[in-house]
Amino acid sequence: MTEQKNAENGHSEELSFWRKYVFSTDHKVVGKQYLFIALFMAILGGVMAYYMRWQLAWPETAVPGAGWIPEPTAFGGIIPPEFYNALTTMHGTIMVFFVGMPFLLGAFGNFLLPLMIGAKDMAFPRLNMMSVWTLFLASLVMIASFFVEGGAASAGWTGYAPLSADPIHTGVTWGLNLWILGLALEFTSFLMGGINFLTTTITMRAPGMTMYRLPLMVWMQITAAVIFMLSVGPLIAGAILLLLDRTVGTGFFIPELGGDPLLWQHLFWFFGHPEVYVVLLPGFGAIMEILPVFSRKPIFAYKTIIWSTIIAGALSFLVWAHHMFVSGMDPRLAMPFSITTILISVPFAVVIFAFMATLWGGSIRFTTPMLFALGTVMTFIVGGATGIFNGSAPVDIFIHDTHFVVAHFHFTLFPDVFLGGFAALYFWFPKMFGRMMNETLGKIHFWVTTIAFNAVFIPMFVLGLGGSMRRVYNPLQYDFLKPMQGINEFITYAAIVLLLGQFIFMFNFFWSMFKGKKAERNPWNATTLEWSVSYPIPHDNFATIPTVYHGPYEYSLPGNKSDWQPQHEENEPVSG
Amino acid sequence: MLDHWFPKNISTYGGEIDSVFYLIFYIVGIGFLLGEAAIFYFLIRYRRRDGKKAAFVNGERWSQAAWIIIPTAIVLVLDLWIDFAGAQAYDAIKGEMPVSETIVQVTGKQFNWIINYPGPDGIFGTEDDLTKENDLYVPVNKAVKTILKSEDVIHSFFVPVLRLKQDMVPGRTIEAWFEATETGKYEIACAELCGYGHYTMRGFLHILSEEDYAAWVSENWPDTNSESN
Ligand SMILES: [Cu+2]
Ligand SMILES: [Cu+2]
Repeated sequence: MTEQKNAENGHSEELSFWRKYVFSTDHKVVGKQYLFIALFMAILGGVMAYYMRWQLAWPETAVPGAGWIPEPTAFGGIIPPEFYNALTTMHGTIMVFFVGMPFLLGAFGNFLLPLMIGAKDMAFPRLNMMSVWTLFLASLVMIASFFVEGGAASAGWTGYAPLSADPIHTGVTWGLNLWILGLALEFTSFLMGGINFLTTTITMRAPGMTMYRLPLMVWMQITAAVIFMLSVGPLIAGAILLLLDRTVGTGFFIPELGGDPLLWQHLFWFFGHPEVYVVLLPGFGAIMEILPVFSRKPIFAYKTIIWSTIIAGALSFLVWAHHMFVSGMDPRLAMPFSITTILISVPFAVVIFAFMATLWGGSIRFTTPMLFALGTVMTFIVGGATGIFNGSAPVDIFIHDTHFVVAHFHFTLFPDVFLGGFAALYFWFPKMFGRMMNETLGKIHFWVTTIAFNAVFIPMFVLGLGGSMRRVYNPLQYDFLKPMQGINEFITYAAIVLLLGQFIFMFNFFWSMFKGKKAERNPWNATTLEWSVSYPIPHDNFATIPTVYHGPYEYSLPGNKSDWQPQHEENEPVSG
Repeated sequence: MLDHWFPKNISTYGGEIDSVFYLIFYIVGIGFLLGEAAIFYFLIRYRRRDGKKAAFVNGERWSQAAWIIIPTAIVLVLDLWIDFAGAQAYDAIKGEMPVSETIVQVTGKQFNWIINYPGPDGIFGTEDDLTKENDLYVPVNKAVKTILKSEDVIHSFFVPVLRLKQDMVPGRTIEAWFEATETGKYEIACAELCGYGHYTMRGFLHILSEEDYAAWVSENWPDTNSESN
């Protein structure tokens, strides 16, 4: 009871098991809870991807491993179209909102932010606990939606009205209501999280930790939090209107009742595009920490990166209608949105060039986190570049709603969430669990993941250019798609390899947690504050709050003997 | 080199779309290759070697920042080029709609295309209207205006060979046009998820030569002579 915030010497051992590991207010425990929710939901999302891929390669045959699903959801492993639509919908929803956000913002944001700025905890520790438990509840609601009568939501992860607005169109009743509820809870969770991130960063920085000495991971987290808070409002309103349409008979999105289906699309994408950057920036933040450490160089153009990402974030509020070029909105709106969309490549080009310049002249060590970080950059370039095609209004007329778009956004989000997330996990694992992950297994995991990922999604661009529409249950329905069925089969084989490859990670993760090599305090010779505390880190992190003397990336300073200068040490460290 | 990726193009404006695609493909493709090659080169050239220290370059000075400012400026110029080419193509497709004598109304309905021809009087809702399901007959080398509607949810009228895709939104009437340059029978697909039968929403576009189209007209409207066409 008296432990609370004033505990001077971190005697948190006195807490009961429940308060320490379950209902904990410690940002580090909260961060790990986010991590486990994200990993669990990622397994769900991955299994759904497997079911979908099997159906697309060998339509209407029994999916091995789906025999357990009871009727009428599936029939002896054969997936009917209703369930297929639920799979595409829920795969997207889960991967974006229940994996991408919890993994990058929830887990790493919570775990790292107070440590990196030299604070004892988040500004509002109880709110922090509440945000992770709200997410937990949201996850349960999402999972439960599969088990209600009528099945889970099947109107696409974008939930376009009126398909989503009236149960008669899909036959899905409570499944879609729970989908809305689950999303609303998720938004609430990350709103509370965002308030914490911002307040903590603004008010609780250690002495000497100026805004321009913050590690970029912190900058990316708070930029993402601000983008999220500014964009989610309209969608929360939209979600409530949609729920009212479904349950009490209003008609906000139903034309017969005077509503407008395009209103939903505007509300959704006004949030939807900024949301991409909410997920993207923290993943980039991790890369921005890892590249300097393993190049032994400062990040190139620190301030320029900060301002570029803020500009990209601001621009992201002006591009949403690029999702709506063929939606029936006034065609005169298309070119202005096309131009803003293509121009958003400029701030991102700055960031990518800064990454490249960081490598120049470095002393590069290919550790597992570094491999994943480089993999993130090199594959993200494909995602960014292919965005130009979608952003061009005339080209989008043809590729809109095809697999080209599916391949494009997987090439942006997969590198960021998974390659970037894995980079972060291999990198900070010693700080989170006190042990090192196995490097050899890590490198095998890296090569299997990146090669299989490219084998899945590069051919998918070709499918899309052939005209293959997304969300089509059985591509063999169309003569013009039949000649490309071999590509679908190839993609499915590659997807199976990609998913199986993750067992290497899971084994490494759990084995290293208990049996891995004990980690030193600062195994990578990194400069930021989280590496100044030893594992296990006490509840209040720092026995005495450190004073910060340096910027976050002072590697290979001329005149220094050692090649790194910790932020909290006035002079260079004694041992090289 | 890339032609076999796309379905063949048989519309007057499809070539515009394809050429903007190629323009972007070459610009972005070259940029991509240069970028990846530079990264590979840096990784090999600057791999860790004993006794070699990394250079201290933080990019804060203008002379260093130029390394990223110059390539970024190039990106900006290329972006504007792509925007400009795109705007021209978009204007050709979505700008002024050409005058067309052939007008058809296509209505999406879970999970069929209902096709309405106004008949010889050219007016919808009169006795000589003709309604068909899933088969759209049009003449070749003539601008065709389609009036797109939906009865229930959003569908998307997609004809890959025409490079035409337009959502059909309930409560709205949306017009789209095309002019086909080749005769034949081609598939119409639904490109917007519209329910469990979305994937079955397949139709056919029959592009007929002038004579065949006249024959088709007189077959369907036998009382009228062909001159009203
Ligand atoms: Cu977008
Ligand atoms: Cu459809």
